[in-house]
Amino acid sequence: MRTALQLGARGSARWLHPGAWWVWALGLATAASRTLNPLLLVLIIAVAGTVVSARKPEAPWARSFMFFAKLGAVIIVVRVLVQLIFGAAIGTTTLFTLPGLDLPEWMAGVRLGGPVTLESLLLAFYDGLRLATIIMCVGAANSLASPSRLLKSVPAALYEVGVSVVVALTFTPQLIADVTRVQSARHLRGRATRGPRAIAGAAMPVLEGALERSVILAAAMDSRGYGRRSDMSTQQKRINAGLLTFGLVAACIGTYGLVSAGTPWFLSAPMLLAGLGSSLLAISLSARNAVRSRYRPDPWWAPEWAVAGAGVAIAACFISAAWWLPSGFSTQVDPPTWPALPALAVIGLLLALTPAITAPEVPRMYALRASDRELAGASS
Amino acid sequence: MIRFDHVTVTYPGHTRPVLHDVNLHLVEGELVLVVGRTGSGKSTLLQAINGLVPHFTGGTLIGDVSIDGRSTSTHPPRELADLVGVVPQDPASGFVADTVEEELAFGMECLGLRPDVMRRRVEETLDLLGLAELRNRPLLTLSAGQQQRVAIGAVLAAHPKVLVLDEPTSALDPGAAEEILSALQRLVHDLGMTVVMAEHRLERVVQYADRIIVVPGDAQPLLIGTPQEVMREAPIAPPVVELGRIAGWTPLPLSVRDARRAAGPLRALLVGQPPPLRAVPTHTANDTLVEAVDLTVRYGSHSALRGISLSVHRGEVVALMGRNGAGKSTLLNAMVGLRTGDSGRITTNGKDSSTLKGTELLQSVGLVPQVPGDLLEATTVADECRAADRDAHVEHGTARALLALLAPEILDSTHPRDLSEGQRLLLALAVVLAARPPLLLLDEPTRGLDYPTKLRLAVVLRDLASAGHGILLATHDVELAAEVATRVIVLAEGEIVADGTTADVVVSSPMFAPQVAKVLAPHPWLTVSDVIATIGPLILRTHAPISGGAVG
Repeated sequence: MRTALQLGARGSARWLHPGAWWVWALGLATAASRTLNPLLLVLIIAVAGTVVSARKPEAPWARSFMFFAKLGAVIIVVRVLVQLIFGAAIGTTTLFTLPGLDLPEWMAGVRLGGPVTLESLLLAFYDGLRLATIIMCVGAANSLASPSRLLKSVPAALYEVGVSVVVALTFTPQLIADVTRVQSARHLRGRATRGPRAIAGAAMPVLEGALERSVILAAAMDSRGYGRRSDMSTQQKRINAGLLTFGLVAACIGTYGLVSAGTPWFLSAPMLLAGLGSSLLAISLSARNAVRSRYRPDPWWAPEWAVAGAGVAIAACFISAAWWLPSGFSTQVDPPTWPALPALAVIGLLLALTPAITAPEVPRMYALRASDRELAGASS
Repeated sequence: MIRFDHVTVTYPGHTRPVLHDVNLHLVEGELVLVVGRTGSGKSTLLQAINGLVPHFTGGTLIGDVSIDGRSTSTHPPRELADLVGVVPQDPASGFVADTVEEELAFGMECLGLRPDVMRRRVEETLDLLGLAELRNRPLLTLSAGQQQRVAIGAVLAAHPKVLVLDEPTSALDPGAAEEILSALQRLVHDLGMTVVMAEHRLERVVQYADRIIVVPGDAQPLLIGTPQEVMREAPIAPPVVELGRIAGWTPLPLSVRDARRAAGPLRALLVGQPPPLRAVPTHTANDTLVEAVDLTVRYGSHSALRGISLSVHRGEVVALMGRNGAGKSTLLNAMVGLRTGDSGRITTNGKDSSTLKGTELLQSVGLVPQVPGDLLEATTVADECRAADRDAHVEHGTARALLALLAPEILDSTHPRDLSEGQRLLLALAVVLAARPPLLLLDEPTRGLDYPTKLRLAVVLRDLASAGHGILLATHDVELAAEVATRVIVLAEGEIVADGTTADVVVSSPMFAPQVAKVLAPHPWLTVSDVIATIGPLILRTHAPISGGAVG
């Protein structure tokens, strides 16, 4: 057992349990969902970015954070554009007026064009920023712990689903590689590599390749023993599947109830508990009959508690602070004011930053090449 | 261990069976080589071993296949996973996990082995195949040889009794192929595993086999025998066997070592003979088709090419050799403008390569990629040729006429996908040649080709060169390079380590020397036809057998 003193000690590189990263990231996302304060949102992004740059592995999937960052930027732009064209104006600081369109009576309530105010644009920007922040928190989890690593820790009852997802995931990079290959081939034949005709020409070979590969992969997985039957009776299987389905649906409803305000009380915590209980029952029932075993399951040691705890802490700080002093969390736009920086939120943010140190270093994926070692030796 | 009882396999839509009334019995601890032309039914035979035929491919199987007493008719492939490990032709196509270690464990997880057993076997497998340094690497970042080793390790970790491999070395450089083959041999010798392997590159594997199964195709009966028996009669044999047959050596040598022991008198005969002259074309400055000066290409922080300078001229056949990942494909891609250099310059036909596109590209350079099928988009051969004429703005029928020269047997109405590997290559070659590019680039042209097709390709390449084309081929096939190349360039870690006439470069190289050169070293004879040309089959016969060198 590790002690707190050993947290993040150098030389103890290992993979952190992917679940811990996801708890941390979802904690950040929950915190983001509680505020419209742009300063806090930007700080949350900064925290996520810092931790990602400190602890991401050198793997292809680790580059997804930048992809999510770009996606976030697009979301903000779209949100502001939508406000520009369709949104109702609030506030009085009119920046400019777009040519309006008189809509028929049955579309009353929908507005096209008209005056654009600073206040409404700011509100749209904050709103977009919040969504972008949540997306980037998911992106951070994605690059810190690959989704298939997370699925490795799913219980046996969910295994089949898990592997299907893994296969789907390995498909995406291959599909991208296929597209590149087909584009190269088009270039070699002197044809256009961009534009609608190129896409139409490339679609067939890419899809054919994907289909062919899925058959080969299915055959390969089958010949390695995937899907060997257990001795479970059909009835037992049905009961398990029923319990599991109910459990997952109930857990989803319960989570939604907890997160969103204004849901009846019985649809929140009790629903979540019932769902979790039912899922656990199904999982333990099927674990008894599972053929499959698991190789080196990720352990859950002190660093995992520390990382997951940091996520829970920032969520708790933001939720409770938003409860006590809501003014610091919804920045006023009418008239526009400089956002506040509540102390409790700062504490939460600092706690959320700790995984950059407490999480163990990731194992090196590449052995140093001889020439790189020489270079390192020459420069030192 | 493996028993085929009157097995006949027919695929749907075909009237004739692929395999007809096959009877086989393979015992434990045997390394069996399966040879035959592309499309002869080799893969069908291999896939029938664990029931992928017919469970996954469709079709009907009459008769019975049983492994260690378990019949494939009652056991689908997954129920045989603990007995039979199958490595697919393209190892990457069967990968499920993210990293090497997880991939090795996947099969054992499916079989439900205990965690401590799995842990131990993963470590053992990592050591056995030399993968320990790669354990955390993402599978997508491995080289072809490393992927092949991971794929073998992944099935090996489950400790099957039978290992089935479909062309395990076809994509590998000579060094990586050696590693795979010696690992396989260790499995057979130390663990008593039964290995069934299909392979076109006979020169690499024939010496390791205990028995050879020849699949003649067209549902003809199989031919089974020891390598000695089969090689004595086989119409196609690796160079070392051909040399032995001509010189009348008995027993017939299968490895360079055996041949070298027997070749003493032959080497003595060569002393003082003028070495075979390979026509090295003389060229002038305006013959230069492609020229790279200090070319560097980087992928992120990794340099694929570091300051390369080279040129290819009209009438030359240049073989570009080197390990997987040495930068061969990158160099070819830079020549056609698919990659731009980060520093230095590269010009194709006098123009900056990266600016070439469209018809201008077609008329300067043609590249046949590693998977020639990538170039082909149409649904019939005739359509493909018409499209090629249109792309190149040449007279209608040009590509078709070229194809008729290269491969007269290909029919207009065939779908390119139904052609054999070699026919697809020739079709792609015809498509590329339609625009008459002076420079022709080929990336691994012999991957998956059987011997007859390879010979045909060699003839085609020589003809093209004498017609004034400049040819650059990236290849791992040392025998092909010895056969056609006038010059050899060796790349390592993105740098040129050797550039000279074929004989100069390959004779002294343990990695790139063809078998004949290894047998006859230090004499610079590279191919069997060179030897025949020098000494003359007549002399060989009158003096035959030239043996007696084999000292016990």
